[in-house]
Amino acid sequence: MPSLSVRHLLGIKDLTREDIELIFETADTFKEVINRPIKKVPSLRDITIANVFFENSTRTRLSFELAEKRLSADVVNFSSSGSSVKKGETLLDTVNNILAMKVDMIVMRHSSPGAPHYLSKHIKANVVNAGDGTHEHPTQALLDAFSIREKLGSLEGKKIAIIGDILHSRVALSNIFCLQKLGAEVMVCGPITLIPKYIQELGVKVEYDVRKALQWCDVANVLRIQLERQQIKYFPSLREYSLYYGIDKALLDSLNKEIILMHPGPINRGVELTSDAADSQHSIILQQVENGVSVRMAVLFLLAQMNQ
Amino acid sequence: MPKRLILDSRLLDITITRLCQQLIENHDTFEQSVILGLQPKGVFLAKHIQSKLQELTGKNVPTGYLDTTFYRDDFRRRETPLLANTTHVPFIIENKKVILIDDVLFTGRSIRAALDAMIAFGRPHKVELLVLIDRKYSRDLPIEPHYVGQHVNTILSQRVLVEWTEKGATENAIWLVDTQDTTG
Repeated sequence: MPSLSVRHLLGIKDLTREDIELIFETADTFKEVINRPIKKVPSLRDITIANVFFENSTRTRLSFELAEKRLSADVVNFSSSGSSVKKGETLLDTVNNILAMKVDMIVMRHSSPGAPHYLSKHIKANVVNAGDGTHEHPTQALLDAFSIREKLGSLEGKKIAIIGDILHSRVALSNIFCLQKLGAEVMVCGPITLIPKYIQELGVKVEYDVRKALQWCDVANVLRIQLERQQIKYFPSLREYSLYYGIDKALLDSLNKEIILMHPGPINRGVELTSDAADSQHSIILQQVENGVSVRMAVLFLLAQMNQ
Repeated sequence: MPKRLILDSRLLDITITRLCQQLIENHDTFEQSVILGLQPKGVFLAKHIQSKLQELTGKNVPTGYLDTTFYRDDFRRRETPLLANTTHVPFIIENKKVILIDDVLFTGRSIRAALDAMIAFGRPHKVELLVLIDRKYSRDLPIEPHYVGQHVNTILSQRVLVEWTEKGATENAIWLVDTQDTTG
């Protein structure tokens, strides 16, 4: 009987292809569950999960919370704003205090890369990384790949372009690992200042012309410009960025080909995507959000079995 | 592992025909009846029952598959992890007569989980249970079948093996297998 090869979900880098496929197969069954008249199953009724968010989040946090509740887990939410972290409590102390309340699983978002890895070495509970700085965001990559698989049947040999702020994006890194493990070809595209040096070492193609990237790919995963992580100016203005790297429906139509448009959210409408592109027939952005719940249910369900 | 044949292909066919005749007695036109096969192995029996009913009555009784993985009471208490199967219920079960079908009835815990799983799709008018093999004296819960292919006396160290050609077996057969070697 297959099971995950890991006790924690810290990053896609740690997963095997078999792990990812098992998550997808389990997510398929949960997708059916969340479309039933009664969208809840009692699988995790004896488990308590803490959502520990040291950084802002809307979509990921809501999605995790919904996944946990659909699985009948008890859920406690913690956010660092207004907490004792502001009084100087360490990460480990904060989490140990939460664990003292008999919590079985921690879903954590933190601005420091490696924070969930550090935590997993010091506590018994399962740790799920919901994003650690500019490092990884594994569940986002899983739901992105799951959405492509749903649309195209398989990722083997498919061409995926990740377009935008690659330098500051944890979604980009997790996506690169995930897509490559599943046999897809990956290209990154963006202004030269937002493409990390030596990214070719990861086996990805690099393109600076957005039209060429769109002509090459089957799927375009468009990323947000993360102004909150940018300490210096990487391009003259948002207006200029949108002029050279923004995608609109006219550009998509001019390609004269089938193309799938994705975005991890939140969208800066009018910057990386115009509204007519984001809401066009090419877009599967809302399917990504729906799949986020079933993929996270699958992750929690499979990890819960690793902590017996 | 020694094994003893309980039903061969011919006897199995006779048994399935008899079970269908019993269903016809109670469900008449099958106007308000639906079949739910329990994943994984009850599905094969459900398909056999459905096609035999079609042969005998000309009626195509709506048939779906129900997976009970997420409703089991032994989650995180097992040696081996649970793996979910597909649930496919392409009809409304509200106010219907549901015939739950499984291959082997043992402790009754799978059926308890199936009842929970089924309620997620609505409130049936009535639920009946059909099993091919009833392992007597092994129930953990007060659950009894309405239709039984064969009652078998078993001990805990034995298991019932149901082989279907659809699963790659050379012919349909049901065996009683000793999982412990008692020769020495």
